[in-house]
Amino acid sequence: MNQSSDSNGAAISVRDLRRRFGRQQVLAGVNLECPRGKITTIVGPSGCGKTVLLKHLNLLLRPDSGAIVIDGVEVTAMRPRAQNQIREKFGMLFQAGALFDSMSVFDNVAFPLVELTRLSREEIAARVEETLKAVGLQGMERKFPSEMSGGMQKRAALARALIRRPQILMLDEPTTGLDPTRTHQIHALVRHTQQQFDLTAVMVSHDVPAVFEFSDHIAFMHEGKMALNGTVAEVMAANHETFTEFLQGRASGIDEPPAAAAS
Amino acid sequence: MSIVSRIERLGARVIDGLTSLGGFVIFLAASLLYSIQPPYKLRLLIRQMRNIGAESFFLVGLIGLFTGMVLGLQGYNTLSRFGSEGALGTVVALVLVRELGPVLAALMVAARAGSAMAAELGSMQATEQIDALSVMAINPVQYLVSPRVLAGIISFPLLTALFDVIGIWGGWAVGVGLMGAPNGPFFNGIAQNMSGHDIAIGVYKALVFGLVVMWVCCYKGYHAQRMATGVSRATTEAVVLSSVLILVWDYFLTSILL
Repeated sequence: MNQSSDSNGAAISVRDLRRRFGRQQVLAGVNLECPRGKITTIVGPSGCGKTVLLKHLNLLLRPDSGAIVIDGVEVTAMRPRAQNQIREKFGMLFQAGALFDSMSVFDNVAFPLVELTRLSREEIAARVEETLKAVGLQGMERKFPSEMSGGMQKRAALARALIRRPQILMLDEPTTGLDPTRTHQIHALVRHTQQQFDLTAVMVSHDVPAVFEFSDHIAFMHEGKMALNGTVAEVMAANHETFTEFLQGRASGIDEPPAAAAS
Repeated sequence: MSIVSRIERLGARVIDGLTSLGGFVIFLAASLLYSIQPPYKLRLLIRQMRNIGAESFFLVGLIGLFTGMVLGLQGYNTLSRFGSEGALGTVVALVLVRELGPVLAALMVAARAGSAMAAELGSMQATEQIDALSVMAINPVQYLVSPRVLAGIISFPLLTALFDVIGIWGGWAVGVGLMGAPNGPFFNGIAQNMSGHDIAIGVYKALVFGLVVMWVCCYKGYHAQRMATGVSRATTEAVVLSSVLILVWDYFLTSILL
């Protein structure tokens, strides 16, 4: 495979991605560059297609047309087995954590290693301990997800996403349902782990403007397209009408009922 | 509404129906195919055999006991009118082994393990745990569905055998012990009149029901909609559809195997 021949250093680049559900064109030609080693945050009103886009990036959904290039490899047309090889580069933090509630924190975090690697028990235990420490959950190995607060579940889920030492971390609204203090902590933790593990992070968030402080790049999604895409400073200086309205909570579509959100 | 749009709508409905039927069949084919492909997860299979088989043991035994007892009662009552109480053992055993054993055991397991399975997979779908498996490069059908279907195919015949044996003893206890049917002919009749073919019919039925129940319950749970009512609807549909399919298949299997 031709590893990373992209000159601009984008770990993920999306070209004219389109996807329709029934009559609804959810992705209407998305273009996006996620620079290597940076945090790119996709913001936008609910129902704009952020989560659907993320599900294309982690190969859960297939687009109708368009391309997704990850580390220089076009992934949308790949066969499932080849896709699984690409997925080894991913860590994914789901909106509600998606921890397996039948398993303890240790088993949850160890799960990808137990299922997909030939590491010994001791190696796995050491790696789990190290990763739990990185997310501030040392000593919580024996707890079950149902015994932990929302913030702790997110941390455990983050540990699971990091356990295979991915190159790309994807986060789907990691601060949903958390209070402002916890939100700040999770953002800080994401930034910290991103630097510690040298990750390319792609985050979907509605947490504006709190999230700007922790992001390098911002992509503003509106009506199935990227209305803005650039560094935080660039985006803030762009003086984009819809974006300003969105920041002030006046963007069209923001008041749609959640059922209309195709997430 | 114009004729054309009516036809369009009908066509769309037919296509939807065929698509979901196709998805239903592909789901089974995938789960069977993945169960013979590595990696083999014996641990998962054994856990599901415990869930479906071992934990249904008591319930199936209890239902088997009472079914046999009522057969003993009814059978004695009916046969004594013709003066043929001696045939009681044969009647009880044949009815249980050929018909009631596989059907009732399957219905009980569908209600107990099948509903739990649909609810479990449904809530895993609702909380994105199934997506999480996919993103970790673990095939969710192979990890979640194949062991359950396989465990169903293994467990159902065993549970049916348990049901039959306990049922026959229940029939004996009531028919012979309580009502006074002759003891010797009860078991002699079974030994003389029950053929290997009768037992085979029961086993075939149990195998098919095991497959059908696990297939339906896993499919419904796996495809539960991500909303509050999604899991409850999946559970209800799983139990209703598997119960209906058990009885429908029972008729066709009987007519083929008779």
